[in-house]
Amino acid sequence: MTTNVTLDGVYVPSEKIVARTVMDEVLIVPLVSGMGESDEGLYTFNEAGQAIWEQLDGQRNLKDVAAELAAEYHAPAGEIEADVLGLVGELVGRGMLAEVG
Amino acid sequence: MAGDSYTITQTMDPATLWAGRQPLLSQLDVELTERCNNNCLHCYINRPADDRAARERELSTGQLQAILDEAAALGCLTVRFTGGEPLLRDDFEPLYLHARRLGLKVILFTNATLITPHLADLLARVPPLELISITVYGMKRASYEAVTRTPGTFEAFWRGTHLLLERGVPFEVKGALLPPNKGEMDEFKAWAATLPGMHRPPGYVLSLDLRTRRDSEEKNRRIRALRLSPAEVLAVLTRRRDEYLEEMRGFCARFTRPPGDRLFSCGAGRESGCVDAYGRFQLCMQCRHPDTVYDLTFPPSPPDFGGRRGARGDEGGKSLHDALTNFFPQARELRATNPDYLARCARCFLKGLCDQCPAKSWQEHGTLDTPVEYLCQVAHAEARYLGLLAEGENAWEVEDWRERIRRFAGERVSGAES
Repeated sequence: MTTNVTLDGVYVPSEKIVARTVMDEVLIVPLVSGMGESDEGLYTFNEAGQAIWEQLDGQRNLKDVAAELAAEYHAPAGEIEADVLGLVGELVGRGMLAEVG
Repeated sequence: MAGDSYTITQTMDPATLWAGRQPLLSQLDVELTERCNNNCLHCYINRPADDRAARERELSTGQLQAILDEAAALGCLTVRFTGGEPLLRDDFEPLYLHARRLGLKVILFTNATLITPHLADLLARVPPLELISITVYGMKRASYEAVTRTPGTFEAFWRGTHLLLERGVPFEVKGALLPPNKGEMDEFKAWAATLPGMHRPPGYVLSLDLRTRRDSEEKNRRIRALRLSPAEVLAVLTRRRDEYLEEMRGFCARFTRPPGDRLFSCGAGRESGCVDAYGRFQLCMQCRHPDTVYDLTFPPSPPDFGGRRGARGDEGGKSLHDALTNFFPQARELRATNPDYLARCARCFLKGLCDQCPAKSWQEHGTLDTPVEYLCQVAHAEARYLGLLAEGENAWEVEDWRERIRRFAGERVSGAES
C-alpha cells in the first residue's frame, strides 16, 4: 500500500464510503465494491484512529490536525504526526479518504 | 497513540460491535409492496401486480426515505426489503441507493424474475453488503410455473440469477417445498452447492403460513391442503440426521421450556421491527393483529408545530423511536387469556421447538393466543422422534421435562444454564 501522504495535505472522506457514528463509535461502511478484504465487512477504528478521524474535516492540513491532537493528548508532536500519517496513509490506500484539491 | 493498524475490519454484528450494547434499532424489515408478479399457490401475502388500489395505498418514495432516515439515526445497521416482490416498485433503485448512502446494509428478498442487466450492474457496483435472498419454486419450468402459476417466470428467474452470477453478485437461495417440486430436492441442493454465496444446503419453508391479512378463506383452504403432514416435515428435517440431532441438542438445551402466559417470548420488536407496505410498524413480519401494530403514517391534517408541520418524531407525529420505546415494550408484555392456550401452550415445554406464536395464532384464528393444531402436531412428532415424548403423551402434561431435556441434550444443558 504505497501512498504519497504528506503533512501539507488536506483530506476528506471518500465518496466511496459512508461514515456513521453509532453508539459513539465511528463505522466506515463501504458504498462501492472493492473497498476491502470483503464486500460484507465494515471498518471501525482503534482509539487513536477514531481520534484522528474525527479531526479530518477537509479544511485543515494534517500538520494542523496533528498539532491539535498533540495539544489535546499532551503528546510529542512528532509522535502524533507519525500516527496521523499512518492512519491517513492506510485510509487513502483503502480508498476511504481522498485528498482535497 | 501508536499502533500497527488504525482500522479494524468488522462484521456488521451488534453483538461484536458494541460489546453487547445494542442500538435502539438493529434491523428493520420493510415490505415495499404486497403486490407480486407471481401468483404462487401457497403465498401468505401476495396481491396481483396490477392491483391499483393496493398500489395507491403504498407508502410513497419520500415516506419510505424518511423511515430509512430515522432508522439510520436510531443506529440501524441492516434493512431488509421484502414484499410481495419488492422489485415491482418503480422506485426500488432510489430507495436502495438511499439506504446504502445512509450506510445501511441491504437484504433483498426477491424471486429474481425482475432483475435486469441495469439492476444487476448497480448491485455489482454498489453491493448490498448482505446476500440477496432468492426463493426458488422449482428446478424445471413445469414445476416452477405450477407453483407460480405465471407463464414465463421460470425463464425470468433463470435469467435474473444468471445476471447476478455473471457479475459476481452473491446471493443465497431457499425453497418452498410444495407438491410440484417435492421430487427435486436433490437437484436443488446440487445446484445450490455450485453458487458462490451458498455455504450450506438451502433451507426450505416447511410450515406454510395462512394469509396474513386474513383476506381469503378460499386461499387458506388451499394453503392448508398444500402443507406437509407432520411425518413429511420430520422426513425433511431429518434428511441429514446426525447434523439435525446435533443441532437439536443445542437448541433444546437453550430454548425448550414452558413459556407461561407471556405471549412474546421471541425477540420480536426488540431492536427490530417490520414496516408494512402502508406504513404500519409491526413487531415482526407476520404479526398483524391490530393490538400489536403501530401506525407510522402521518396524520392527515398534521398540527402545526411552530411551522414544522407534521415532521416525523415531533410531538403528535408517529415515529419508529416512539414505537420502539413505548408501543413495542407494552405489546411485548401482552399476556394470554385464552383458557385453552393457558392449559396447553403456556405449560408446554416444546415451546421453541413448536412454531406457535402470536403471529401464527393471528393468521389461523384472528387472535393472539389460540393454539394452532397443525403446529402442535408437528412439534409433537418432532419431540417423539427426539425421544422427548412417548407415543400418546401431551407435552403440556409432562412434569419431568427438565430431566428429559437433560437426557437428550446432555452436557449442553449445563452449558446453557451457566
